[in-house]
Amino acid sequence: MGQIHLDKVSKCFGDVEVIPPLDLEIEDGEFVVFVGPSGCGKSTLLRLIAGLEDVSGGQVLIDGHDATTISPAKRGLAMVFQSYALYPHMSVRKNIAFPLRMAGLDKTEQDKRVVQAADVLNLTDYLDRRPGQLSGGQRQRVAIGRAIVREPAAFLFDEPLSNLDAALRVGMRLEISELHKRLATTMIYVTHDQVEAMTMADKIVVLNAGVVEQVGSPLELYHQPCNTFVAGFIGSPKMNLVQGEEAASYNATTIGIRPEHVMISKDNGLWKGTVGVSEHLGSDTFFHVKCDAFSAPLTVRASGAVELDYGASVFLSPDTSKLHRFDQTGQRLS
Amino acid sequence: MATQHSRSAARLMMAPAVILLLGWMLLPLTMTLVLSFKKYLPLRGGDLGWVGFDNYVRFVSSSAFWPAVTTTLIVVGGVLIITVALGVLLALLLDQPMWGQGIVRILVIAPFFVMPTVSGLVWKNMFMDPVNGFFAHLSKAFGAEPIQWLSQASLPSLIMIISWQWLPFATLILLTAIQSLDSEQVEAAEMDGAGAISRFRFIVLPHLARAMTVVVLIQTIFLLSVFAEIFVTTAGAFGTKTLTYLIFQRVLESQNVGLGSAGGVYAIILANLVALFLMRVVGKNLDA
Ligand SMILES: Nc1ncnc2c1ncn2[C@@H]1O[C@H](COP(=O)(O)OP(=O)(O)OP(=O)(O)O)[C@@H](O)[C@H]1O
Ligand SMILES: [Mg+2]
Repeated sequence: MGQIHLDKVSKCFGDVEVIPPLDLEIEDGEFVVFVGPSGCGKSTLLRLIAGLEDVSGGQVLIDGHDATTISPAKRGLAMVFQSYALYPHMSVRKNIAFPLRMAGLDKTEQDKRVVQAADVLNLTDYLDRRPGQLSGGQRQRVAIGRAIVREPAAFLFDEPLSNLDAALRVGMRLEISELHKRLATTMIYVTHDQVEAMTMADKIVVLNAGVVEQVGSPLELYHQPCNTFVAGFIGSPKMNLVQGEEAASYNATTIGIRPEHVMISKDNGLWKGTVGVSEHLGSDTFFHVKCDAFSAPLTVRASGAVELDYGASVFLSPDTSKLHRFDQTGQRLS
Repeated sequence: MATQHSRSAARLMMAPAVILLLGWMLLPLTMTLVLSFKKYLPLRGGDLGWVGFDNYVRFVSSSAFWPAVTTTLIVVGGVLIITVALGVLLALLLDQPMWGQGIVRILVIAPFFVMPTVSGLVWKNMFMDPVNGFFAHLSKAFGAEPIQWLSQASLPSLIMIISWQWLPFATLILLTAIQSLDSEQVEAAEMDGAGAISRFRFIVLPHLARAMTVVVLIQTIFLLSVFAEIFVTTAGAFGTKTLTYLIFQRVLESQNVGLGSAGGVYAIILANLVALFLMRVVGKNLDA
């Protein structure tokens, strides 16, 4: 079981309120991703759940029991740190066995579980090495191994992939998702990378300055961002957000249109503009188009077959059914 | 950059320093070796010629030799144990956030700046004096008979004085080591269910191993040649005569330079034995 409920949890460091009172419901077996810009309080929130930080107000409930004052060890949660936090003087085997040893399990049971975990994580050949003799990806797996042997109620990950190179990150992302499917244990995963959030999550929690902006499935956030912050944060490349007359014509202060929902054409369309920088990814090409109607350039996604030179004049037409409209406070107008 | 040319140029430029250092070390060492094979009594005829291994045999067969070696080892060992143990405790304490941290840290380092002679005298007269000392007053306040520290408990007193002097050094080095411990490691251990004592034993202590080794090795070098503290407190009486002090007595009090030099050579051998032993026991902590 790993159901976590935050009830008006808040956190202040001195006079600074990093997290204003916040409610959040995490169901058993869910993969929840906290995403938001740097410094928005993701790590702090995770540490509050883990018990490494004391809450300034509110309650943390784990499986319906008040865990607010329970020590981190007794909450039954396991955490994977950004720096991995492996014990450098212990072998991989001892690292993974450490929580079991602390729990007072007997030696044979410890060995059995370590070997099992090593098997799952492809670490069998490295059990007698020290962490210093492993690559970044292997260290990452040891840290995960140390978490899974405890059979915790929930896993907490704090930007576990940020120290890995791009290729390895994609690989580990899949492995963690795979692990989640197999163990079906609650996982809370912190990242500032919206691609990680979109690909892994059952439920995304978008945070901004300690405030939950929106909670929902990846596709909900993509199709129905509830305000301009979420709209700009989710999706890659970013959604085009424009204001002014053109927005007013749709009865909104701000309108948002994703790069993939704009048609680019050489001869006709709604907005006239000139092509600026283009980014070729092979399959797709992103054009930055300067339109007469808007001050900022629009990003447009086109198929990789489309070729347009710098300075070419083009026409853009948005798919109006996919248009997002926001009022003057940035809230979504349905 | 390390071409043949630049390497020979570097050698040439380092030469003066190397030669000076070699001379600095080799000259006294050779002098000691040469004198140890001579009968040399400055006030009773000066150089009286070669005597072979006579001085060596006499130095060892003197009834003061083995007690001096034992005393030296007890003092060094005692001070090492006390400074490392208390140093770890103090470092842990100083690492906690507290009010007036800066001042407390300076106060803790202070004893290190007091000259050994001065600290020896201060301890002898202000703390351990059986009539006017602080400890005597303390005993009397509790109605007990004051202890004659420097005569009845001479060795423990000496170890106490020297430990007081070296505690700041150990604390300082161990404190920097504790501060370099990754806080996420401690938090990970906390989540893994390790209590405060387990965290200390399995995370903090192994992390401190290297710093502790450095403290032990450096202190040993200096403790083997402790002199001023003994000179001003007991003057070698009441079983506080270390090897260094015995050599001093032979050379200056008995005016026998040859015998003292032979003692000096024994001191070098003892220091090397201790170093060998320490490297065997704790040296592996220095490997990365
Ligand atoms: N111990 C602390 N004392 C004071 N302020 C803190 C402390 N820890 C964090 N903060 C502040 O709380 C805010 C949130 O920090 P937090 O580490 O949770 O950010 P984050 O969302 O994890 O950012 P990142 O993506 O960069 O890791 C920051 O503004 C930070 O300065
Ligand atoms: Mg963080």
